[in-house]
Amino acid sequence: MTEVGEEPRADLKRRNNRAWWLVLPVVVSVAFTAVIPLMTVVNFSVQDVFTPSDRIFVGLEWFRSITRDPEVRSAFVRTLLFSAQVLLLEIPLGVALAVCMPRRGVWVSVALVLVALPLLIPWNVVGTIWQIFARGDIGLGGWAVNHVPGVDFNYTLDSTDAWITVLVMDVWHWTPLVALLAYAGLRSIPEPYFQAAQIDAASAWATFRHIQLPRLRGVLTIAILLRFMDSFMIYTEPFVVTGGGPGNATSFLSILLSKIAVGQFDLGPAGAFSLLYFLFVQILCYVFFTVLTRSGR
Amino acid sequence: MTLILDGVFVRRRGETWLDDVRLELSNGMTTLVGPMTAGKTTLMRVAAGLSPPDSGRVMVDGKDVTSISVRKRSVAFVYQQFINYPSLTVYENIASPLRLDPGFRRDGIDRRVREVAELMGLAALLGRRPAELSGGQQQRTAIARALARPVDVLLLDEPLANLDFKLREQLRADLKAMFADSSGVVLYATADPNEALTFAAPTVVLGEGRVQHIGDAAEMYARPPTLAVAATLSDPPLNLLPGVVRDGRIECLGAEFPAPRAHPSGRTVTLGVRPHQVRLERGGPGALEWPAEIRLAEVTGSATFLHLLLRDQVHLVAHLPGTRQFTPGGSAVAYVDPAHVLVFDEDGARLPATGAAEVDLHG
Repeated sequence: MTEVGEEPRADLKRRNNRAWWLVLPVVVSVAFTAVIPLMTVVNFSVQDVFTPSDRIFVGLEWFRSITRDPEVRSAFVRTLLFSAQVLLLEIPLGVALAVCMPRRGVWVSVALVLVALPLLIPWNVVGTIWQIFARGDIGLGGWAVNHVPGVDFNYTLDSTDAWITVLVMDVWHWTPLVALLAYAGLRSIPEPYFQAAQIDAASAWATFRHIQLPRLRGVLTIAILLRFMDSFMIYTEPFVVTGGGPGNATSFLSILLSKIAVGQFDLGPAGAFSLLYFLFVQILCYVFFTVLTRSGR
Repeated sequence: MTLILDGVFVRRRGETWLDDVRLELSNGMTTLVGPMTAGKTTLMRVAAGLSPPDSGRVMVDGKDVTSISVRKRSVAFVYQQFINYPSLTVYENIASPLRLDPGFRRDGIDRRVREVAELMGLAALLGRRPAELSGGQQQRTAIARALARPVDVLLLDEPLANLDFKLREQLRADLKAMFADSSGVVLYATADPNEALTFAAPTVVLGEGRVQHIGDAAEMYARPPTLAVAATLSDPPLNLLPGVVRDGRIECLGAEFPAPRAHPSGRTVTLGVRPHQVRLERGGPGALEWPAEIRLAEVTGSATFLHLLLRDQVHLVAHLPGTRQFTPGGSAVAYVDPAHVLVFDEDGARLPATGAAEVDLHG
């Protein structure tokens, strides 16, 4: 018995470390593409750069000024509000769409292609489409909305209209992703579950609540994470449609960041901004993930 | 309570899944036995109202319910997979069919749920979710769900097939007792002939979408009317050997014995030999005798399954009591008492032994 018991312990001591070589390519490529660029950002965030050879270490000053900047603060609240609205609209809509899609037959592929279409359009093209579509003079959407009595829609002048345009555009663009994820989740439910519900004469709502929804937990966790991250970092589409305006109405964190970094070339504050932005997204994703997976147990 | 299937046809993708099924079931349990693709599930689905037949009628208590949706019928269904509502506790799962039944008030539901849970040994698990249960407990919950509400028609589609054998045997005994005094029609489908035999209920043999025979399982086992019935009810599988009739005798792979009944010379027949009827020692006189090559010996705890090859072409399995050692590639002689051989004609109908000479084939 002692021999048998001792053998694995001896084995553990003579550990084989050769497998680390297999990890090396990944470590190197991640270092080159992510860690080193991130470190240059860290470098900028703690220095005041006048010229490449003339720079002063300023400590956490940029972090302090960025967190106190009223423009950054309002952009932060705006972006958070936008993400919240995106999640509240896209998750239920996507699930509803998935439930309505056919489960079998020739219409499955037709429905899939139709639903997936917005996902296949490049982001800046989506922006361009909506920039024209929502215009009151030459855009079909804007023209139609303006013909509803009592509505005066102009997203280039009115902040609310601009906000709604960007929000509707995001819902149009990304609800299909939620729908496809949810559809995949729904398709994995064996047919007998639905038959059992039929036999129990369960209502459509009860079937959804007790058979479909529990099965969607996993994919919805992923959908919420993806949509939160994406919407919190939204840049291309509002940049094309509104350019952040009118005023600051659709000036999200990313748009403000690029204005500071590329427009004003304030590399120090932009570096600090980027790091805080990055950290916040990471933390919130972690919180989402933990809460969503814990509540399942 | 009666359930009648009257000339039911189901065709899918150009194939006939149910072919003129006529059945009349009354109160209590009936076993539906058939191999994998016999159409058992299709028949159950039609009986439940989950899918309509292409033609034919389904009648419950003399009333035509063919076109009535399953939601409005009084049926319950237990699947081979363990189907429960994943978000509900065991208690809620069992209660769910009762909540929709206007015949149950709240206190009645609680009493009934606890009663059924007690019966199925789930009393201690009522607060758990299905994911926190073992397979056997999940299936017990599914069965409890089906039993909770008194229904006209209770359908069980191979409910024990996915359980391990100990649980299977225990649940089988429980179910038999439970259905004994059922006021509704209970139809229990299984692919396992031993299950059909132990239930000892009226048995319907289904094969290739057709009702092959209806009767007492043990009787059908002992005196199978057709080859299909014999094959369906035999586990381990029946050995099939080719034979030819010559002058009132049947010749099979070099052995011969008197034909059970006058049959025209030159006709081919199929001999059915149950594995446990094959011996390696000469029994009485007149035993059929085949030299054979040993291919494989499978030893179970209490028996040995010996796979033999006759004349380099026909397989014969012998079920021998006790554990015995054999060398693959060696030779042996297989003996079979002709009284235990089932003889089937070209159409698969059994040729009964003449007159009173019909031997009891139970042995």
